Amino acid sequence: MDFIQDEMHQDLINMYREFAENEVKPLAAEIDKTEQFPGETVAAMAEMGLLGIPFPEEYGGTGMDNLSYAQCVEELSKVCAATGVIVSAHTSLCATPIFLFGTEEQKQKYLTPLASGQKLGAFGLTEPSAGTDAAGQKTVAVDKGDHWLINGSKCFITNGGPADIYIVFAMTDKEAGNHGISAFIVEKGFQGFSIGKHEEKMGIRASSTSELVFEDCIVPKENLLGELNKGFKVAMMTLDGGRIGIAAQALGIAEGAIAETTAYVKERKQFGRPLSKFQNTQFELASMQAQTEAAKLLVYQAACAKDNHENYSHLAAMAKLVASENASDVTRRCLQLFGGYGYTREYPMERMMRDAKITEIYEGTSEVQKMVIASWMGVK
Amino acid sequence: MNILVCIKQVPDTTEIKIDPVKKTLIREGVPSIVNTYDTYALENAARIKDQDASTQIVVLSMGPEQAKTALKECLAIAADKAYLVTDRAFGGSDTLATSYILSEAIKKVEELEGYKFDAIFCGKQAIDGDTAQVGPEIAEHLDLPQVTYALEVENSEEGFKVTQQGPENKQIIAVSTPCVITFTQPDFEVRYPTIRRKMAANKAQIPNITAADLEGSIDLTRCGLKGSPTHVKSTFVPVHDSNIQFIEEETLEEAGAKLANILSDEHII
Repeated sequence: MDFIQDEMHQDLINMYREFAENEVKPLAAEIDKTEQFPGETVAAMAEMGLLGIPFPEEYGGTGMDNLSYAQCVEELSKVCAATGVIVSAHTSLCATPIFLFGTEEQKQKYLTPLASGQKLGAFGLTEPSAGTDAAGQKTVAVDKGDHWLINGSKCFITNGGPADIYIVFAMTDKEAGNHGISAFIVEKGFQGFSIGKHEEKMGIRASSTSELVFEDCIVPKENLLGELNKGFKVAMMTLDGGRIGIAAQALGIAEGAIAETTAYVKERKQFGRPLSKFQNTQFELASMQAQTEAAKLLVYQAACAKDNHENYSHLAAMAKLVASENASDVTRRCLQLFGGYGYTREYPMERMMRDAKITEIYEGTSEVQKMVIASWMGVK
Repeated sequence: MNILVCIKQVPDTTEIKIDPVKKTLIREGVPSIVNTYDTYALENAARIKDQDASTQIVVLSMGPEQAKTALKECLAIAADKAYLVTDRAFGGSDTLATSYILSEAIKKVEELEGYKFDAIFCGKQAIDGDTAQVGPEIAEHLDLPQVTYALEVENSEEGFKVTQQGPENKQIIAVSTPCVITFTQPDFEVRYPTIRRKMAANKAQIPNITAADLEGSIDLTRCGLKGSPTHVKSTFVPVHDSNIQFIEEETLEEAGAKLANILSDEHII
């Protein structure tokens, strides 16, 4: 494996970090409390090019790669996991499928404004009765000759509401199961499309999570993304890439928690000496650091494999499985080192612990990652 | 409009460590940044370019080869071109020698670029040396009008309308071009680089201007240690005494009266 750690990647990491420290971190606690979507931060990120990192310049992107994109999500998530997932959902789940499956016209019309950050993107697959079981969905698209008519709803949609462009999955052949799903590009403002209930969440509270409602929604014929009835493949390939983003988010949460805790244990004194002088503290942080470093290698490995056009599906699943479980484990143990203060909102640890949990659930639960890995191993 | 921005690479730390023998700053292991005040000068140049896209921004620095990192940061933020003035003969220059070398280098850049600069922007001072002398001295060497402590500039018919920070107020000054303007901290933030500019800056080749390039115009006896009338007698880190009493009152007069009382009670005055 070849991790590109050249000057360019390092320069960009420094740039992401400076932005995250100065502009994102100061807002993190407040927007967690108020559930306020950080619109100004998103506008600033668009200006800098953070919303189109792995796409070619001809489509409004920066021409960098998936490794740098993962490093961007990682740096943002060190200080605010909600901001990290806004970038991840936009890039991996909306812009990427258009880049991979879109026609030239679709790329010009939708990828360019997404990659340049003029428009924000989202992805709608999950439904109240269909999560991991994609074929169980009830949203239906009917061919009306000169347009598609979509009826149904989607739930738990990240960036739902603030997003302008949505990748939406619907059944185009109800009898065919996974082979009867198609993907569509839906714009905010299309007739019959509205945003439903806004979810109140345990963590990543400043990221918008909403229901999408389609009531006789009219979608132009040319907005079918990929081939008819091949939407399941679009969804699965999109989620493979999305897992790198979420794994990077989880990695960032763990690194952020370790950094906060390392600073805290040097200050906080008990029995007349800083907590950092106790061997339990040292062992706990050393073990967390080693596990997090291992997760980092898996995340970067998956990103590099994608950049090298290798099969990376199992690598992304391993990265997400390990990084997300590590994020939950590390934030829980870091909170323990903070003691009572960690449980208060005065310190960021309880927020980080709440934020970490979702990384084990969305874009494929840990159990789904294990299914992907076992299948790749041939354990069937 | 053509603007030259002078920048300096400085150590990024408030806890400067000093070599007890050489009396110079220990730079090893200390990350470097573009002098903060110079970034305000660059941001003001960038704002002029926002209004008039034909504006050319050139950044210039004097220092060792590693100062190119700082120049690249400026290219990533807003500058179109960068030059580094570097030569062993220039090492050890004080502010007078530095400003002399820079003024000669500026003439050289004008010759290379084929145009004259309408303005030279500098930070008001460097955060490591804190002299605030180099900008004004460049103006003197080049015989240009100067405005110091500028917060922001606007194009006007004659040249610039400069908002200057005074001790207790702000004043607006008109200055004709070409001129030298040194900047202090404005109300607005310095913009972040974009990924595209950062990538382009990373690949940029920054030309050096050496003593040989300035041959014929530069007087080397006015450069480096021998051209520097300033001699550092001693450099030290002041001892911080934590036994400090803060006097906070509504007005300076009340605080002064309280201080006088305390000093009187202690029989100091």
